[in-house]
Amino acid sequence: MSDGIIQVDNLVKQYGAVQAVRRVSFAVGEGEVFGLLGPNGAGKTSTVEILEGMRRRDGGRVVVCGLDPERNSQELKQQVGAVLQFTSLPDKLRVEEALRLFAGFYHRRREPDELLERFQLAEKRRAFYHQLSGGQKQRLAMALALVNDPQVLFLDEPTAGLDPQVRRETYSIIEELRREKKTILLTTHYIEEAERLCDRVAIIDQGKVIALGTPRELKQRSAGTTRIEVRLARPEPDGALRRLEAVTDCREFEGTYVLHSTRVPPTIVSLVKHLEAEGNELESLEIRTPSLEDVFIELTGRRLRD
Amino acid sequence: MSATMALTGVRMRLALRNRAFIFFSVVMPLGFLFGFFLVFGRGGPAAVTYLLAAVLALSVMGSFWGLSVQLVSFREQGILRRFRLTPIGAGPLLGSSILANYMLTIPTIVVEYAVARWLFGMTSWGNLASAIVLVTVGSATFSALGLIVASVTNSLQETQVINNALWSLFFFLSGASIPLAMFPTWMQKLAFYLPATYLVSGLERAMVNGTGLGGVAADTLALTASLLAAFEVSRRLFRWEPEERVPAGAKAWALLAVIPFLLLGAWESHSSQRVAEMQQILQAVAPHGFSFKGK
Repeated sequence: MSDGIIQVDNLVKQYGAVQAVRRVSFAVGEGEVFGLLGPNGAGKTSTVEILEGMRRRDGGRVVVCGLDPERNSQELKQQVGAVLQFTSLPDKLRVEEALRLFAGFYHRRREPDELLERFQLAEKRRAFYHQLSGGQKQRLAMALALVNDPQVLFLDEPTAGLDPQVRRETYSIIEELRREKKTILLTTHYIEEAERLCDRVAIIDQGKVIALGTPRELKQRSAGTTRIEVRLARPEPDGALRRLEAVTDCREFEGTYVLHSTRVPPTIVSLVKHLEAEGNELESLEIRTPSLEDVFIELTGRRLRD
Repeated sequence: MSATMALTGVRMRLALRNRAFIFFSVVMPLGFLFGFFLVFGRGGPAAVTYLLAAVLALSVMGSFWGLSVQLVSFREQGILRRFRLTPIGAGPLLGSSILANYMLTIPTIVVEYAVARWLFGMTSWGNLASAIVLVTVGSATFSALGLIVASVTNSLQETQVINNALWSLFFFLSGASIPLAMFPTWMQKLAFYLPATYLVSGLERAMVNGTGLGGVAADTLALTASLLAAFEVSRRLFRWEPEERVPAGAKAWALLAVIPFLLLGAWESHSSQRVAEMQQILQAVAPHGFSFKGK
């Protein structure tokens, strides 16, 4: 992956005394959908905004489309598109005007009418920006990101704060772009988004990449074990549950015990026996295959959405 | 270049959809026009010409209000960030606001001329070439001053405070509301350090005395120099992000735009030739002061 269309080597970003990005490295291949997964404040947005040429870096090497975003920012901006996290357009700007205006900034451009159709904004073409719903604003942001037919697309938390319906819509748009072989770098703190959309994921926490691979690879790290989540009537010292049959690990989160088991049936049998002996009762039991959330918990000891 | 023109077109449309803009750029200047003419304009055609110069200057000076407020609120709302992603730089963005503002000032100016001539009996057009040059350069200069205000303030509130202070200075000290010739000497000397004074006195001479381009060269030059300095300073201090603060030393940079007026001010308050001319103009148009009643 040394010849990726996006290359990041030992990237460092500092805000005063705070190191927001600490020697982050990864590479994204052409046509790949790459996710930066991590909690808020992990350094995802700083990383992406450095790649977009919006922020200066304090260390490391960055190449996007063969260009240095800091030194060749004008050329780079011609070739990339992005959906930003905190942004807006003038209230009284019409949808169609926005698309035509932004198209005018680029050498290579896509027909605004085609984008209006594609993002189901044709009926809203005369609407003012402030009259659009959240979903429509998001679709317009996507359309504007594609107005120069970019090779590389940056999506910073594309579904944060959107309702489930709009989120699903956004997913299908991203899946369509993936079929068109666009290179996409997206940041998210939603597990399902990373699992569903990304070819590869870098899990990022406190400014560092703590794991990197395909969602399947990452989940196989906790291979061999299945999670059994139980809620009990009374708390148990988790050392006791760890001694149950075939259990390799046990952790407690907010009253739920997560048992990692290599063989589920004997674990459940011994759990029930143990509870009987202690006079404790089982409130609920759930058997789950590992998700990226579990991977995150294993690596950091915290939940993703703390 | 085509991107700048497209931006200019969009900004004109945005301005026309904005009530505050319509108020400050159309309603207020026309209010001054009718107010001045109805109250003071009965002294004959010369008085109307004289008052029209002041009204034109006020219409042009108002530019800095709208532009500074618009730029700061675009920054605060994260609108500028979106533009930062595109290849368009700060220059075209700022240039388009000056251009859009100028294009929208023209109709107001034309209406003011027309009202003066056909409703209030103004008999001469004055020196049109000088007036056109001064209005054009003045509009751009005061727009650029607005852009500087935007670049040295962090919040909309701060912007409004500075705007109010500047407007009071420009309104009362430039000769646009109270004739310069009626000021005590020390105030006249002070007034010569204000850009607004040169716009007002330049327009008065062009309209009343028919002074040609050569005669208003100093005024035009000072306004132009200040325009260029203000534009460059606001481009350098331009901030895209809502959370970016004014860099240290920014206020010192802003002074650069005022230097032409400091120099000219020092020269004019030293000579006194301009005051004499202003006095002569006032004498000519209103020998007995401005009359509140018709003849």
